[in-house]
Amino acid sequence: MSLDDSYTTPDGRTIGGVLMEMKNITLRFGGVTAIEDISFDIREGEIRAIIGPNGAGKSSMLNVINGFYHPQDGEIWYKGERRQAMKPHAIARQGIARTFQNIALFNGMSTLDNIMTGRLTHMKSNMILQAIWKGPAEREETVNREKVEEVIDFLEIQSIRKTPVGRLPYGLQKRVELARALAAEPSLLLLDEPMAGMNVEEKEDMSRFILDVNDEFGTTIALIEHDMGVVMDISDRVVVMDYGKKIGDGTPAEVRANQEVIDAYLGVSHD
Amino acid sequence: MWYREAGDFKKTYSEDSQTFPIRLDRIGYFVILLVAVLVVPFFITSYAANAVLVPFLIYAIAVLGLNILTGYCGQVSLGTGGFMAVGAYASYKLMTSFPDLNIFFVVILAGFVTAAVGMMFGLPSLRIKGFYLAVATLAAQFFLVWLFNKVPWFYNYSASGQINAPERTLLGYIITGPNTSPSAKYLFCLAFVILLAWIARNLTRGTLGRSWMAIRDMDIAAEIIGVNPLKAKLSAFGVSSFFIGIAGALYFTVYLGAVEVGEAFGITQSFLVLFMVIIGGLGSILGSFAGAAFLVLMPVLLKNVLVGGMGWPTDIAAHFEFIIVGGLIITFLILEPHGLAQLWRIIKEKMRLWPFPH
Ligand SMILES: Nc1ncnc2c1ncn2[C@@H]1O[C@H](COP(=O)(O)OP(=O)(O)OP(=O)(O)O)[C@@H](O)[C@H]1O
Ligand SMILES: [Mg+2]
Repeated sequence: MSLDDSYTTPDGRTIGGVLMEMKNITLRFGGVTAIEDISFDIREGEIRAIIGPNGAGKSSMLNVINGFYHPQDGEIWYKGERRQAMKPHAIARQGIARTFQNIALFNGMSTLDNIMTGRLTHMKSNMILQAIWKGPAEREETVNREKVEEVIDFLEIQSIRKTPVGRLPYGLQKRVELARALAAEPSLLLLDEPMAGMNVEEKEDMSRFILDVNDEFGTTIALIEHDMGVVMDISDRVVVMDYGKKIGDGTPAEVRANQEVIDAYLGVSHD
Repeated sequence: MWYREAGDFKKTYSEDSQTFPIRLDRIGYFVILLVAVLVVPFFITSYAANAVLVPFLIYAIAVLGLNILTGYCGQVSLGTGGFMAVGAYASYKLMTSFPDLNIFFVVILAGFVTAAVGMMFGLPSLRIKGFYLAVATLAAQFFLVWLFNKVPWFYNYSASGQINAPERTLLGYIITGPNTSPSAKYLFCLAFVILLAWIARNLTRGTLGRSWMAIRDMDIAAEIIGVNPLKAKLSAFGVSSFFIGIAGALYFTVYLGAVEVGEAFGITQSFLVLFMVIIGGLGSILGSFAGAAFLVLMPVLLKNVLVGGMGWPTDIAAHFEFIIVGGLIITFLILEPHGLAQLWRIIKEKMRLWPFPH
């Protein structure tokens, strides 16, 4: 498999060229090296999993990608260009959205308003237009509301539209968070343990949504997940991290056969 | 059963996001507006205007302003009194430097001047949060009062150090100065209240309002979604100070007419407006009005009952008022942090189900 040209997966999806490339990333917090000289790429249209034991540096990697942490070393290439150090909000405007390991919804707002904030990068009307409301601002609101309603239908959360998110059960909160990220129509969607703490049925729903997002919108997805069954089922390629180092990278089958990966997971309670 | 949403279907998204989604609310709102504009001015007495209505309207503007900053954007400010002073002194300097400038524009420009000053003092909010920001705004409060006391240019070198509002007219009616009629004062303030409440509502329901609330609820997630914290916080400080500056300008030009800065715009003013926000409800437009009405009306009522009705001495009644206000604030903070606005929502929810609660 060459990395330069696109190919078609067994289930008929097209995986394109490299969308994001991390080159020799090193991230330190004082004495702790959270990420040590890691390189990997994410290709257009693929579902790329990042796995590893607790504290391996997976979340830190996502934080580097969306600009929340700045690596001491290494280069980040996105859409064929080397990315300079940027603020997270500027990176969001480049089409990178994410969900968080610990749900980070806006608790004082309804489901609908939470998802509408996801459209922020698409809404342009200035303060004067918004203060007047009638006219451009209202039209823009309606157009974006239609997009949001599509996402709401897609994730089947119509009935909780007006509910304050704080009142929702855990599984639904995770889904609203996904909706908020999807509303941005991202080129790259980062999911940090989207299924953590869910029961089997909820995990199945979430897996299906992730596959559907990838399939229907062609969204590139990078996800962190502890449930190996899920990872092996839905991802095209897997990066394995342990203590800040990359110890494996390849298709699920390749990774599963990798001795170093087996050793890292030996005695760790993930199957 | 007559107060409900059933049968009140929304056919478009813009209908769904209108200010009063329930028909009865809409009717109630227009009735209040009509009475306020067309009926009250004919019956208003000097006492009603000066003791109740004009201060209520002016405080409502200040509370809306602080609510945008604190209730919607989550940035605590104890500088309200100082920013009202900026509005007052800006209007004074404008009136005396440009005697021909229309009083309406004087007030609006005073709002813009205050917005600029507010944004400047909002800069620390990019670095500090919560308690420390409160202290920084407190410093702004004391600095501004000190400045207006210390620099004679601000009060045009008058011997008393006071500022006095000269007489100005609008459409032939006297708006400021000792000869203003109660209805002119009332209507002038009412016009600003209607305009600014409308703006506040529009700003808080759209993109800007959602970025403010996102910063308030979870600033890290907000930034990763694309909210620029600098823009969100500074715009909140700017809009908030614009409102508060207008309130300060009206407080001086229309309401008091003469002002000594420490007395009119001291730290007690900052706390009073903050209490109005808390009692009315953080992050609520309706609550802003409720909070202002409550703390303007209550002292008047208490005074009438205690001094007028029961013959208490004025000073004891005044102390009693402090106790009641303090007690109420503590009660609200503990029992209903979302204030009167939330109580109103709960009552409405009950009414919607009445008489069958299940
Ligand atoms: N802001 C921070 N300051 C200091 N150390 C940090 C910070 N963020 C992460 N770390 C450290 O970096 C290492 C990797 O953490 P990270 O959260 O990336 O792990 P993870 O692979 O996501 O683990 P988990 O599976 O538990 O979520 C840990 O040792 C952690 O303590
Ligand atoms: Mg993690």
